[in-house]
Amino acid sequence: MTPPDSQTLWLFGGLFGLLCFASLIGIILRRTLTGEAAQKTIANLNARIFAWWLMVGVFGLAVVLGKAATLTLFGLMSFLALREFITLTPTKAGDHRSLFWAFFVITPLHYWTLATGWYGMTVLLIPVYGFLFIPIRNALAGDSTNFLERTAKIQWGLMVCVYCVSYAPGLLLLKIPGYTGENAKLLFFLVTVVQMSDVLQYVWGKLCGRHKIAPKLSPSKTIEGFVGGALSATALGAALWKITPFTPLQAAGMAAIIVVMGFFGGLVMSAIKRDRGVKDYGELLPGHGGMMDRIDSLCFAAPVFFHAVRFWFT
Amino acid sequence: MIGRLLAFIARLFTGAMPRWRGCGPEPKLRVYFANHSSNLDFVLLWASLPTEIRAQTRPIAAHDYWTSNPLRLWLAGQVFRAVLIERKNVTRENNPLTPMCAALRAGESLILFPEGGRNPSGEIGEFKAGIHHLAREVPEAELVPVYIENLSRVLPKGEILPVPILCSVHFGAPLRLEPGETKRDFLARAREAVVALRSV
Repeated sequence: MTPPDSQTLWLFGGLFGLLCFASLIGIILRRTLTGEAAQKTIANLNARIFAWWLMVGVFGLAVVLGKAATLTLFGLMSFLALREFITLTPTKAGDHRSLFWAFFVITPLHYWTLATGWYGMTVLLIPVYGFLFIPIRNALAGDSTNFLERTAKIQWGLMVCVYCVSYAPGLLLLKIPGYTGENAKLLFFLVTVVQMSDVLQYVWGKLCGRHKIAPKLSPSKTIEGFVGGALSATALGAALWKITPFTPLQAAGMAAIIVVMGFFGGLVMSAIKRDRGVKDYGELLPGHGGMMDRIDSLCFAAPVFFHAVRFWFT
Repeated sequence: MIGRLLAFIARLFTGAMPRWRGCGPEPKLRVYFANHSSNLDFVLLWASLPTEIRAQTRPIAAHDYWTSNPLRLWLAGQVFRAVLIERKNVTRENNPLTPMCAALRAGESLILFPEGGRNPSGEIGEFKAGIHHLAREVPEAELVPVYIENLSRVLPKGEILPVPILCSVHFGAPLRLEPGETKRDFLARAREAVVALRSV
């Protein structure tokens, strides 16, 4: 464990200040607004702010404790997300053994390859070996009803909840010239831009959202919310350029990639929820739904961001 | 102590949150009756009750299964404090309803699976008559319908290793035997009460 540098301290100090500010607004709104509907919205807002404290606290602690703690945290997040994902997609008794492998062998093994820095296996394990293994195990179980559908669901769960999510802590392993030992800040950059993009799209949508983008999939997403949120989150990313190996313009470009992929991630995961007739994947955090609801944008943003950095900066 | 630990593990592994829809977790004399799809059903239902209510609630379990080895015997007797009943060679002497009524009259609530056996398909089968008998013999007990969701996916019939799929335990509004209600009507109504909890 290395002591965090002054930039990291400033970053978490900044987040701390931001959360204090948000909590203060939450308290003021609760005291001033009247009416049942308004109070309900505020209660939801305050629950979200409280959960943010929790998330920033856990994430901050992991980053400060170092690589092993961060990998453990993301491994746990993957596990919880996979659990919510599989719970929501009906599986049958014939999938049982495959599921056991997915939860207790493939997921830990994948994070183990990440921890040991075996990059070649990290990128192959789930998309190649896991991809082939799941249908083999399901075939051995002998139930052919909806075979393709059932197999695909498990493969999808592993890809989205484990493989894609793990690209976020994977950033810690990149060797970027002139940026040695500072990779945690790249992870901070990704997570901050992704999450702030969600928050800012929500805020912009509430303030001036008119035209719905996908009324059937996600009625709360509006063009105004997306444009406003995307632009302000991109600006935020550009403003954070100092903590990254990027120039301000490059940082804006990277933030734009994160924002766009994050948006699509949210949209796709909403489509799955709609199809299953639920609003949230779980109820882990009050106001936020489950783990999957919180990291849906990260799932799509992390791999693309990782490979963009790996391609252009290593 | 071990009971609390087991209850904690059961809740952690299944992520199960009790959903008190039709009644609250009150220390009343009750018979909790639920759908039966997995061997873990009664453990999870039992674990979903608050500690003090759990301490005065006893599951009904099969005598032959729970006395077949020392570990099961110890778990059934010391940890779950199960009311063991005969399910195969029922005679007048070992009538399963006698110990159930005795436990209720001693002020202890019961956990019961009126389908008799497991229904791994997720369908809820016809109820056996025992619950009607309890309702008639101990009318002061509230009959609370419970629907246990997803547990058959955690541990399907014939499997040993569980997978951590999220479960829920839904508690519905209590029933009592209405004056003049026939056995058939009551059993159908009790079953409907469990089925109704499935669709919420």
